[in-house]
Amino acid sequence: MTANRASQVIVQKEPRVSMASAEAAHSLMEVRFLTQNFGGLCALSDFNITFTGGELVALIGPNGAGKTTVFNLVSGFYKPSQGEIIFKDRNISGMKPHQVTGLGIARTFQNIRLWPDMTVLDNIRISQHHHLGYSLWDALVRTRKYQEAEGKIEEKAREILEALDLSRFINELPRNLPYGIQRKVEIARALSIQPKLLLLDEPAAGLNSRDVQDLIQLIRWIHDTFDITIWMIEHQMDVVMSLCSWIKVIDFGITIAEGTPEEIRNNPDVIKAYLGDDTI
Amino acid sequence: MDLSSFIQNLLNALQWGSFYSLIALGYTLVYGVLTLINFAHGDIFMVGAYIAFFVATFFLGMTEGFPGWIVLVLTIPLTMILTAGVGVALERIAYRPLRRKGVNRLYVVITALMCGLILENGNLALLGASRKSFPELVDKVIYTVGTVSMTNLKLAVIISAFLVFLLLQFIVTRTKIGMAMRAISYDKFAVPLMGIPIDTIIVFTFILGSSMAGLAGLLYALSYPILDPFMGAIIGWKAFIAAVVGGIGDIRGAFLGGFLLGFVEILVVAFFPSTFRDLIAFSILLIILCVKPTGLFGVAKTTKI
Amino acid sequence: MQRLTVPLLLGITLIVLVMLSYYNVIDLYIQSVIMFIGINIIFAASLNIVNGYMGEFSCGHAAFMAIGAYAASVLNVFLFTKDRVFGEPLLNPEFSLYFFPFVLLAGGLAAAVAGMLVALPSFKTRGDYLAIITIAANFIVISTIVNLDVIGGSRGFMGMRSVTFAMEDVVDLPWMLIWVILGTFFSIWLIRRYVSSTYGKGIIAIHQDEVAAEMMSVNTNKMKLMAFMISAGLAGLAGGLFAHILGYINPNSFGILKSTEALVMVYLGGMGSLSGSVLAAILFTLLLEGLRFVIPWIDSGLHWLHLLPDDYQVSQVWKWVIIPLILVLLMQFRPEGIMGNKELSDIFPRLKKWYRFK
Repeated sequence: MTANRASQVIVQKEPRVSMASAEAAHSLMEVRFLTQNFGGLCALSDFNITFTGGELVALIGPNGAGKTTVFNLVSGFYKPSQGEIIFKDRNISGMKPHQVTGLGIARTFQNIRLWPDMTVLDNIRISQHHHLGYSLWDALVRTRKYQEAEGKIEEKAREILEALDLSRFINELPRNLPYGIQRKVEIARALSIQPKLLLLDEPAAGLNSRDVQDLIQLIRWIHDTFDITIWMIEHQMDVVMSLCSWIKVIDFGITIAEGTPEEIRNNPDVIKAYLGDDTI
Repeated sequence: MDLSSFIQNLLNALQWGSFYSLIALGYTLVYGVLTLINFAHGDIFMVGAYIAFFVATFFLGMTEGFPGWIVLVLTIPLTMILTAGVGVALERIAYRPLRRKGVNRLYVVITALMCGLILENGNLALLGASRKSFPELVDKVIYTVGTVSMTNLKLAVIISAFLVFLLLQFIVTRTKIGMAMRAISYDKFAVPLMGIPIDTIIVFTFILGSSMAGLAGLLYALSYPILDPFMGAIIGWKAFIAAVVGGIGDIRGAFLGGFLLGFVEILVVAFFPSTFRDLIAFSILLIILCVKPTGLFGVAKTTKI
Repeated sequence: MQRLTVPLLLGITLIVLVMLSYYNVIDLYIQSVIMFIGINIIFAASLNIVNGYMGEFSCGHAAFMAIGAYAASVLNVFLFTKDRVFGEPLLNPEFSLYFFPFVLLAGGLAAAVAGMLVALPSFKTRGDYLAIITIAANFIVISTIVNLDVIGGSRGFMGMRSVTFAMEDVVDLPWMLIWVILGTFFSIWLIRRYVSSTYGKGIIAIHQDEVAAEMMSVNTNKMKLMAFMISAGLAGLAGGLFAHILGYINPNSFGILKSTEALVMVYLGGMGSLSGSVLAAILFTLLLEGLRFVIPWIDSGLHWLHLLPDDYQVSQVWKWVIIPLILVLLMQFRPEGIMGNKELSDIFPRLKKWYRFK
């Protein structure tokens, strides 16, 4: 991976804020008492989390625990029943997804959601929609502004694809690509927004063991290279344990544990939630 | 408006709404099972009316001297059967091949729209522009209570609509085949895996819906004896509005929606010039669809990501 | 130099056609066929924005054509002619030539506003429901016009002939032909520029995965609104041109049958293919005109073979059985249409050498 070149052309990493001085620093995102009800069902209750910036955190829990609901709320797909989400000092709860993305939160999806009949390059370019730099009029008349802006968009797209070693797929259609590559393209698409917070929803799902190793390396590289916070939902424990410094566990919408990987590994509540009660 | 004219309008609305209900029930049955808006359904109603015309004329010729109601008794089942045949033919020839291929639903909807146009224009092309006049089969008897009057025919129409609704409600909720129909509307992939012949259920649904439309066509022809090839278009669309407003896929919704639309139209005509009737009916549809896209009885579906 | 190839070619086409018409080498009938081809191209290509690229199901496109037709016609008649209802012309008829493009644009704008109204429900509904809404909108527009006696109601509206004559009085050229050709080039240019930009590609993203588009920073509501407005506006432009070619318009000519014509052209050409819409529009118009001659031949043929009773005539109504039938067969055997979602430049890559619309 062309880490050096990527660091030169894309955003330079700022010195990471250490957890110790977290109280003194401004938090990137604070989620407070986030609750989501669907009709009579409470999918999530009183979820809290704070990011100062630069963390690599996991959200785990059994199926149906409400993890994707959290991501859907944070990314703006749902409006929370209660609670609030403060991102970069703004209350983003209830904002439209495209606005949230514009502020710097990007995500990937459990089932890869690339646009299947558009080239990989176009897939990346379209995520620039929130800051195209030109209006419809410019596009029709092909003003200087349009040409420069489109040039920049294409350049940025090519750079991120190059940084993730995807350049040779630039003109391919996603539906013709292997699953592991599609996953990388989706991550590249999210990165091209230059997000401060990257939400990865089960990035390892459906990948074979070699692709999973590549993924772990990729995520580590992204975390080291960019000024970014990564929050992931994941079922595969080896991914979680090898990457994350902090893990939050939920079940039935309720937070049941949080802590370092070591703490979580040995937490009896977590074990019970996944494996069930072991009454003999 | 005083009480008696209100009741008069109410009765007229019930009769007028009955046609919408009968046709709306057909739309909703097919939508419930196939998630397909059978845009050709209104034209099946028109075909039903024309079939009734030919059948009645044929029997009239055969039964010289017999009272008219015998012809009626013979015409009703034959019309319903033949119209059901048209509906099933449409399903087999146009919709099933597309269903088999598993194509985008859009293509089936377009096909439905086009089949409707083919039926209308085919009728016009084959039978010509001269309108057919439905023969009078039964003597009109007028019942009067105070200043409110009602013919036996109008009464028959209302009663038929209610009977049909009760029959359909019974079939859908109490019989095995009705259960299968409801199952298909929830998950059409699981149903064949459970050993239920999905094609048979679909054919049965079309038979039900189309025969109801045929009955509606016959009743309409009796009530308003002038037939024309485009009669199905506008009535079909309005019945469809009624089904959607009630909540497409739900029989009660279609039934009530039909009467609701009937009321609205009769009321509109009472206060506005009649040329506004269609305009207001369609506008109401738009408003309801904007406010509650799933209709009165419909259930919203959420997208999961 | 390559960049000028296409505009040059188009310019030459325009001049050739105009000269052939002026010197009556091609008669009025052929001129009218060419003009109808142009209008159908605009009509189909504009619907392709919403139904093809954006993958929606708008079935009432003729409503926008009607609004554009009436708006442009009423404006022109009001401004430039002596009319029973509107009285003396407001401006000197000579100016109708210079104002014509603006009047057409005004018609387009009126239609675009209507497009905005139709777009609003599309934010929350898709597919079948949008079909219903657009068909209902089609009916409502026709119904409204029928109820407006001041512009003729169901009897129709006329007076556009005087405007066309006024234009020809100023400079003796086949002006409607010129305006139609210019309008066609303009529409195609506009659509092409719109959809090839990253901005425009947003609507394709909405089609392929609306949720992903919304999450990846595409303002889906605004994009839908713009798409509907541009689509409706161009249909309005087509309507204005249509009205002035015929000299007379009637609300019933913009009903569901006209909308069906647009649907046939879009799906025949291929959803999301601009060259497909153009090709389909040309083929379809020629088919319609062709049937005008072919049907009487079939009629005489069938009678000669004694396959038909003497009192039955195969009438032009069969046209309206054949056209929907084409679409049904298309859906059965080749639903992606002629071009699918590709453009001519995808099938003949060498064409890319000659033009780049980047």
